[in-house]
Amino acid sequence: MEGLRAYGLIAGMWVRSGMTYRASFVFTVFGNLLVTGLDFVGILLMFSQVDSLGGWTLPEIALLYALSVTSFGIADLLLGSMDVLGARMRDGSFDILLVRPVPVLAQVGADRFAVRRLGRITQGAVVLGWALVAVDVDWSAVKVLLVPVMVVSGAAIFSAVFVAGAAFQIFAQDAAEVQNAFTYGGTTLLQYPPSVFGKDLVRGVTFMLPLAFVNWVPAAYVLDRPYPIGLPGWAAFASPLVAVGCCALAGLAWRTGLRSYRSTGS
Amino acid sequence: MGSARLYLAVAVGGFRRYASYRAATAAGVFTNTVFGLILVYTYLALWEERPGLGGYDQAQAVTYVWLGQCLYATLAIQGGGAEKDLMERIRTGEIAVDLYRPVDLQLWWLAGDVGRAAFQMLGRGVVPFVFGSLFFTMALPTEITPWLAFAVTLLLAAVVSFAIRYLAALSVFWLMDGTGVSQVLMITGVFFSGMVLPLNAFPDGLGDAVQVLPWAAQIQVPADVLMGERDPLGAFAFQAAWAVALLAAGRLLQSVATRRVVVQGG
Repeated sequence: MEGLRAYGLIAGMWVRSGMTYRASFVFTVFGNLLVTGLDFVGILLMFSQVDSLGGWTLPEIALLYALSVTSFGIADLLLGSMDVLGARMRDGSFDILLVRPVPVLAQVGADRFAVRRLGRITQGAVVLGWALVAVDVDWSAVKVLLVPVMVVSGAAIFSAVFVAGAAFQIFAQDAAEVQNAFTYGGTTLLQYPPSVFGKDLVRGVTFMLPLAFVNWVPAAYVLDRPYPIGLPGWAAFASPLVAVGCCALAGLAWRTGLRSYRSTGS
Repeated sequence: MGSARLYLAVAVGGFRRYASYRAATAAGVFTNTVFGLILVYTYLALWEERPGLGGYDQAQAVTYVWLGQCLYATLAIQGGGAEKDLMERIRTGEIAVDLYRPVDLQLWWLAGDVGRAAFQMLGRGVVPFVFGSLFFTMALPTEITPWLAFAVTLLLAAVVSFAIRYLAALSVFWLMDGTGVSQVLMITGVFFSGMVLPLNAFPDGLGDAVQVLPWAAQIQVPADVLMGERDPLGAFAFQAAWAVALLAAGRLLQSVATRRVVVQGG
């Protein structure tokens, strides 16, 4: 609780400082929207040449894209500055965070809180709105309910990846970029249908690093599409559980990392 | 003769500066490999749907993906090379020191950036490319001539890439802050270089337009020359024309900037 309050205070401070330069703020939100939207432009360009990709139509892939990008965008807004952690450890400013009477995770998460990241969420939400209208789905109450569940659980799963990545940086420091493969790489992977990828990759993303529960597994249920590897029927509703499990593991990794931290001493 | 040795020393300095971050380089190799894997599968699905799209077969599309990952950091497709340092020096006013040096400003930064590119190529680019060639069928030439021509296109690509970013960096003399320009560099670089999709796979009208822009000189032209899809001499001429035009524009802008603009101090 105390951590959440601290997070709010620090994030609020960064928002106020960011708002000082209003024109620059508007431009960066817009720029963020464009940069992160390029992936969807790529998908549109592909569909200017074909009618389906891996057997999935444009509205179906747009749904995958939108769910992946929106949930990643929320995690990125909340915890996205964690990739500067390695730099903080190198220059020693991480030690300052340790002596403050506030949970370190709240401080690191809120560090450089950037409202411009709303750009990614905005374009994701726009595509989501279009995809929901355009897909050919026989909507039931369960399917409708599953959409917000996917966004929230997906955001939690990606948040866990960010926190685990931050814990990894305590050991790896300079190798901070490795976590990009899982965060940005993860959201890119999930924008395309699982049928496109090799079965081993799908297995890995389902059972080892369960990113598939962000959208692939539940969306396959919503769209009535077979999932490339056999899963029991209830798996489509397992996303919240997977999310809780991921967050618990990431929390554990973070605590372990924090305890073994050695300052540079400079 | 003496000045050639000077610029060579600057280039070696650029090379060694980037070579000192070994863990970061290894992390970059890993990330580029992961992104390459994701892209390869999506491109394979696309070319499965439309065999011969853009004149490429599947092996050529795969080659394009791994070449793109190889050149991503090398040519600073999304920025982050010499222009980042130059922007910072203009913003802080340290550029005054650079202007005092009895060397050519543009050549000085070009030499440093070519050194950086050489390291990124050897340290970061080669491994994902070799990984790709080991696990996927690629369309690589077996004779030496296409490889030599390819090497020439890479050098020219590095100069064009620098010339674009140098122009962008000089704008900071007027804008005072490079954040927005860097964002524009990122969007244009990723999209027009063909990182989103090979330029020859773009829909017709747009495809013709993007093929004549300078960004085409970065990945598309070297890829086409390597795979024998383009006449090497015509490719050299295209790249050299853009290199000369953009470097000349940079020189012009530089002379206006240094004559008219008051350097920031503080």
